[in-house]
Amino acid sequence: MNSAYAENLHLRLGATQAVDDVSFAVDQGEIFGIIGPDGAGKTTLFRILTTLLLADSGRATVDGLDVVADYRAIRSRVGYMPGRFSLYQDLTVEENLSFFAAVFNTTISENYDLIKDIYGQIEPFKHRRAGALSGGMKQKLALSCALIHRPSVLFLDEPTTGVDPVSRAELWQMLGKLRTEGITILVSTPYMDEAQLCDRIALMQNGRFLQVATPDEIVKAFNGRLWSVSAGRMSALLRDLRAHPAVASCHAFGDSHHVTFKDPHADGTQLESYLAGLGHQEVRITTSEPSIEDCFMALTLSGGGQ
Amino acid sequence: MSVIVAENLTKRFGAFTAVDAISFSVSEGEIFGFLGANGAGKTTAMRMLCGLSRPTSGRGIVAGFDAALQPELVKASIGYMSQKFSLYEDLKVWENIRLYAGIYGVSASSIPTVIDQTLERLGFGTERNALVGSLPLGWKQKLAFAVAMVHKPRIVFLDEPTGGVDPVARRQFWEMIYEAADAGVTIFVTTHYMDEAEYCHRVSIMVDGRVEALDQPRELKRLHSVPSMQEVFFQLARRARRKEA
Repeated sequence: MNSAYAENLHLRLGATQAVDDVSFAVDQGEIFGIIGPDGAGKTTLFRILTTLLLADSGRATVDGLDVVADYRAIRSRVGYMPGRFSLYQDLTVEENLSFFAAVFNTTISENYDLIKDIYGQIEPFKHRRAGALSGGMKQKLALSCALIHRPSVLFLDEPTTGVDPVSRAELWQMLGKLRTEGITILVSTPYMDEAQLCDRIALMQNGRFLQVATPDEIVKAFNGRLWSVSAGRMSALLRDLRAHPAVASCHAFGDSHHVTFKDPHADGTQLESYLAGLGHQEVRITTSEPSIEDCFMALTLSGGGQ
Repeated sequence: MSVIVAENLTKRFGAFTAVDAISFSVSEGEIFGFLGANGAGKTTAMRMLCGLSRPTSGRGIVAGFDAALQPELVKASIGYMSQKFSLYEDLKVWENIRLYAGIYGVSASSIPTVIDQTLERLGFGTERNALVGSLPLGWKQKLAFAVAMVHKPRIVFLDEPTGGVDPVARRQFWEMIYEAADAGVTIFVTTHYMDEAEYCHRVSIMVDGRVEALDQPRELKRLHSVPSMQEVFFQLARRARRKEA
């Protein structure tokens, strides 16, 4: 049985096709990542799957239950952590957690095992109002509240947006542990580097899934070779590389520029004499393994997202 | 010439020292990356430099003015944009430009020209009358940057300008930053994308209220013997004692 399943989902919001023919299936115990920028439709999709919005057409199930017919049963089985902090700011940490436990007809002690790694970190502050917590602590409380009824499927909407790299790594460690408890996790993120931490990912843009696969499969499907070019003057290098007739795309990527050629199998070292002729120094040209971000950009620029 | 100088800049809230005697200087036309974990004190430091919060001790000199004693002169010399709030979603593109140009003191007679030039520079000709709320985030952020520059400030403070922006728009945004820096504008920028740290001329990393590292990305990587800024950041930020509380 699939923990989450969608077939040709569509939803129009005003003038925007927020979800555009989305189909996928998530296995039990999987971490499934939905990777895409702000406005891709990630939140809308989550709201359909958590029974908070009705799709215009298509069908979806969560934990084998239909999102329309069985919405009540689904609500007791999923945990949902929205992108915006949605707990009660004027209740304390402990009051928020007790409230969510009570709503789901359970108690903190009954499922304490599941949340102790996460909740344990904020428990020393359990008498503090939620509104007075820092961003990282709010997030841990929200995750604890989403887990307190031991859901079978957990939806996390952009849990790492605006979070620093160290705290992001900590959150992903927690998700790895939850998976070992058999909880299926659907998580959305705009950070492409987090894709590698998922079992499978969907790349989403403009309401559509561009590709659904394992991170490795997505990297393998990258068309042609990718070259990494650096030189002393990086900003001039970017302009000059783009002006070269054989170059298909050129983007800044940290300390080098990533280049693809119109002929996907062209040899990048052909740029050496061209760049030397333009006065570039310390030029380094090497082949490079594409990242998920390279793949995402290639897919959107080839019109896949439009 | 230094256009931003922090001298033992300190901010205490009760017993808590949010910013602990930080010192650095930023040159004209420099892209200065201001990194740190959540809670390290970046926002508090930035607020003091922008003249929005008074230091407990030490001082910040921005565009030649003391940020605590002459905050209004500082504000007139800088542009500011943040990820969280920058534009009015229910105003049109051109109305946002007009509004901010007015607030930043651009003379009424030159505002129409400023609007036209801004739209042209952004390639937003057909979006002139679009509501800002209807634009993709990447476009909004480019517009917000242009709006922060309408009064031709010498310094722009950018607080996580690219969070959540799609990868292509994120790079276009950095190309705008480079253009501005080439024209002599000083850029003071925070980000959680470590590839963007590599685009900065120099980077500082705050840990527990102090500046623990400050150098060119290349030097920081050499010093820590790691291949990327991400790993430099991890090495430093993991030393933090101060739990976000």
